Amino acid sequence: MKRRGYKWMGWLLALCWLCAFPTQAQHEVDVQEIVFTHIQDAYSWHITEWQGREISIPLPIIVRNEAGEWSLFSAERLAHGNTYEGYHIAQTGEYAGKVVAQDVTGAEIRPLDLSITKNVCALFISCGLLVSLVLGIAHWYKRHPMEVPKGFVGVMEVLISYIQEEVIKPSVGKHYHSFSAYLLTVFFFILLNNLLGILPIFPGGANLTGNIAITAVLAIGTFIATNAFATKHYWKEIFWPHTPIYLKVPLPIMPFVEFFGIFTKPIALMIRLFANIMAGHTIILALTCLIFITAAQGVLIHTGMTVVSVFFCVFMNGLEILVACLQAYIFTILSANFIGMAKEE
Amino acid sequence: MSLLTPDSGLLFWMLLSFGIVLVILSKFGFPVIVKAIEERKAYIDHSIESARQAEAQLAHIQAECAQRLEEAKAQQNVILREAYAEKERILEAARQEATHEGQKLIEEATRRIREEKAQAIREMRGELADLSLSIAEKIMRQNLGRGTAQEEAINRLLDEATISKS
Repeated sequence: MKRRGYKWMGWLLALCWLCAFPTQAQHEVDVQEIVFTHIQDAYSWHITEWQGREISIPLPIIVRNEAGEWSLFSAERLAHGNTYEGYHIAQTGEYAGKVVAQDVTGAEIRPLDLSITKNVCALFISCGLLVSLVLGIAHWYKRHPMEVPKGFVGVMEVLISYIQEEVIKPSVGKHYHSFSAYLLTVFFFILLNNLLGILPIFPGGANLTGNIAITAVLAIGTFIATNAFATKHYWKEIFWPHTPIYLKVPLPIMPFVEFFGIFTKPIALMIRLFANIMAGHTIILALTCLIFITAAQGVLIHTGMTVVSVFFCVFMNGLEILVACLQAYIFTILSANFIGMAKEE
Repeated sequence: MSLLTPDSGLLFWMLLSFGIVLVILSKFGFPVIVKAIEERKAYIDHSIESARQAEAQLAHIQAECAQRLEEAKAQQNVILREAYAEKERILEAARQEATHEGQKLIEEATRRIREEKAQAIREMRGELADLSLSIAEKIMRQNLGRGTAQEEAINRLLDEATISKS
């Protein structure tokens, strides 16, 4: 056991040494920039750099200008600050990192941008993966009626049964059947994207559930599922809640608070998921950057900090896997509870 | 801050793809799986229930068998006891019959013997009377004349003799 520990330590030191050399020659690292470019969207999918050459997947840019003309071209044409068909990627200002056009005065304006960015591409991959996984499992059940699955399908059955029996059924109440497909889809969508986000290389690595647009759509889904099928009792509790009359009649304080609550609930869902996943990515990236920051401060500090960084990164990745499952679970159970409250009679 | 403003392009693609995923999965995905799991659960529950019922039925049949056997044994005992009693009764009757028959035979035999004895005595008496008469005659012929008074006297004497003898 002890010898094995030494062996590991040796490997780790060798790894640190390897990391130490190529970085020594480089200029100062801008941690903020690295972290922000990693957790934000991009027009090409950067994979790695190999012998000074960037390896990335250029993605299609789809934009519409003020005149209503659509343009479709590869992101490669805008690389290194190039301009193509009047479009370029803004380096600074309000639209930094986005495709912009210039109007007659020379000011940067944002066209309607439906580009297949890194996040959109990751979204397509994860959606395709999710659909094929779930349809594959459904197909298994069709081919094997009355059989108990093993392996991957068995694990998925445990998950689906758990969400169905322990989360959806008790939270939503007797009308759970109409909402179970939506809630299960949300759960597996978030779980899959959270886990793919933790993967550091190509099919994963996009910060999808840590992007507010994604969580906003999910929250809108829950908002619609909650309010579109709500009972009379639910609306009565909002506009005429069970509180002392002076809180309702001259000034509708409680109705206002309750009405506001309709919107704060999904917004809380949106922010919670977005912030948790984004924070996780940020911490892991910052810990990784620690290696490169300390490169300039001598071999001893660099080695020490590298060991610390790797240990913390391993710990944070483990934590992030937990958070990935936990946040998917929390989003699902809270959505189920909101729907359940709206279905109360 | 651009982190908190949702990007319209991503919003559009997310709405589109999540909508498609939701439609596909809520039509062909999760309901199929959930239904299959529920059906299997119902099937297993049903199987367990029928197994339990079969077991109960079996136990019931076994109990009935045991009861039948017990009843049959009891009946056998009753029949055996009855047969034994019948045998005893028949034997007793036969014994009585035999005794009765024997007694009758003995009585008959006794009666016959008595009758035959009486007849023999009667015959013997006649013969004796004749014999005595002839003896007396012979004597009287020699000594006295033959008279009825004497014959009577001899008969009386003979009677006395035979009565005292028998």
